[in-house]
Amino acid sequence: MIAHHLPALQVVVPLLAAPLCVMLRGARAAWLIALGVSWAMFIVAGSLLARVLREGVISYALGSWEPPWGIEYRVDLLNAFVVVLVSLVGALVISYSRESVDHEVRREQHYLFYAAYLLCLAGLLGIAITGDAFNVFVFLEISSLSTYVLIALGRDRRALTASYQYLIMGTIGATFIVIGVGLLYLMTGTLNMHDLAQRLPAVEHTRPVLAALAFLTVGISLKLALFPLHLWLPNAYAFAPSVVTAFLAATATKVAVYLLLRFYFTVFGAPLVLGEMPLPEILLALSLAAMFAMSTVAIFQDDVKRMLAYSSVAQIGYITLGVSTGTAAGLTGTVVHLFNHGITKGSLFLLLGCMAMGMRRITLQHIRGIGRIMPLTTFGVVVGGLSLIGVPLTVGFVSKWYLVLGALERGWWWVAALILASSLLAVVYVWRIVEAAYFKAPGEQVAKLREAPLSMLVPAWVLVVATLYFGVDTRFTAGVAARVAELLLGGFR
Amino acid sequence: MTFTAHFNYWVAMALLTVGLYIVIARGNLVKKLVGLSIFQTSVYLLYISAGKIIGGTAPIIAEGLRVYSNPLPHVLILTAIVVGVATLALGLALVVRIKEAYGTIEEDEIHSQDEEP
Repeated sequence: MIAHHLPALQVVVPLLAAPLCVMLRGARAAWLIALGVSWAMFIVAGSLLARVLREGVISYALGSWEPPWGIEYRVDLLNAFVVVLVSLVGALVISYSRESVDHEVRREQHYLFYAAYLLCLAGLLGIAITGDAFNVFVFLEISSLSTYVLIALGRDRRALTASYQYLIMGTIGATFIVIGVGLLYLMTGTLNMHDLAQRLPAVEHTRPVLAALAFLTVGISLKLALFPLHLWLPNAYAFAPSVVTAFLAATATKVAVYLLLRFYFTVFGAPLVLGEMPLPEILLALSLAAMFAMSTVAIFQDDVKRMLAYSSVAQIGYITLGVSTGTAAGLTGTVVHLFNHGITKGSLFLLLGCMAMGMRRITLQHIRGIGRIMPLTTFGVVVGGLSLIGVPLTVGFVSKWYLVLGALERGWWWVAALILASSLLAVVYVWRIVEAAYFKAPGEQVAKLREAPLSMLVPAWVLVVATLYFGVDTRFTAGVAARVAELLLGGFR
Repeated sequence: MTFTAHFNYWVAMALLTVGLYIVIARGNLVKKLVGLSIFQTSVYLLYISAGKIIGGTAPIIAEGLRVYSNPLPHVLILTAIVVGVATLALGLALVVRIKEAYGTIEEDEIHSQDEEP
């Protein structure tokens, strides 16, 4: 009985738990609720993925209103994979969060912090799981509004301006998405994605449908921080509380990428988007620009959080590059890099959160010699950095391998060369961290630090170990990603 | 394809452009939010225009009523209005906090304060 309702539980449980946190008001109680819900959602997501692998697509009619009239939750391999990533990171981040939030957020705001976190989780899982185009917008705004609150809870006053800037850009993005969805509805009379996919071919060359494609592309690109629409991201990541940065970096942009894949391949279909429209060329140009320009900017950052935020924009360039190749290998690279970059950046920002326990800002000057004082934390950062570069035995290598294959399959040998060249830029900024952490004498400030508590190190290291494990054993990640890529190109219909 | 047949859509697009322009061109944080609101409102008009049929009534079953306006866009926009209000409220709350932290709500003054560490 309950197994049948798993797709709905994925959204309903965190949505109901959030007001519960507000009513109970206790900091510890709110944390326990968030912890329980997060792990429960991970178990639900895992069992959904297992069921999809076993039985194929799950269609759930919300409130028993039959699709396409009612809202349908449609779980296939792609969104089951995304839901597992989001809930896994959510569960680890919240296990880690207690000490870090105690340190960085005022105690009387804790219950609000956890309530906003739960709403954000509900929104992100909702975007991933729903099969209704307008429902996507509703969940998008649930997650976005709670994200603005979470960012604004940062210690620095610049967190407020970062949150405001994200609010403006995020709202423009979301409104563009509504316009796109509205135009699709005007032309087809349906909001169900599956139904849209069947009705669109009849009207696919009309101007409103092409305008809808354009609005959706720009709107979603704003949310996923595709260069040059990334302006909100560096400040938002740099000034948000560490826990929030880790959660957002690993999930929010990834869910937006999922949305792009969903609209491009399920709703519009690959032949229109990648065949007739000049989107591959546009995506390719922007992805390459992101990879080079943002990695170069990252090199010149002194604030480590900002450096990794710019590196995130560059890594999103790799993800969209895979889409632009339009080949099975390239798309496998995209999907696998969603997961791989998610766990890599998640681990990196959690470890920076460990460092932030002892210092207000994590700049290269502040972390001098920290490798000797906080060995476990610093070594984790190095492993994450190697994964950003794409060194073999880490997950970053697996992603880049598929992306290079995809580019070569398309005959773009120069793109393959550029992917490798941009990795060298990552070597430079990762080296700057390593140099400061291991080859400089610790200052007075750093010498007073201690290794972070186990309750923080363990969740962070689970992700670090995952970046190594999935870099060697790719059966799960690349296996699922390859099947997803096949489905995406096959039209999913 | 006459201008008058698409009058509502022209108005919606004009509001959309005006709103977006204000968001980009103004440096005052409250004025930016006003622009954002106008921008969002244009979308309400876009949806509602499509749902309205001239001479159509509310979708109720009654003697003599044959032409209905489509209720779905109205319901969708009701949701969008709620989202718009929430966004505006949160935006204004942030502006209040920014005013407390910086003592100004002009974008260039905030930036110049942040540049001196």
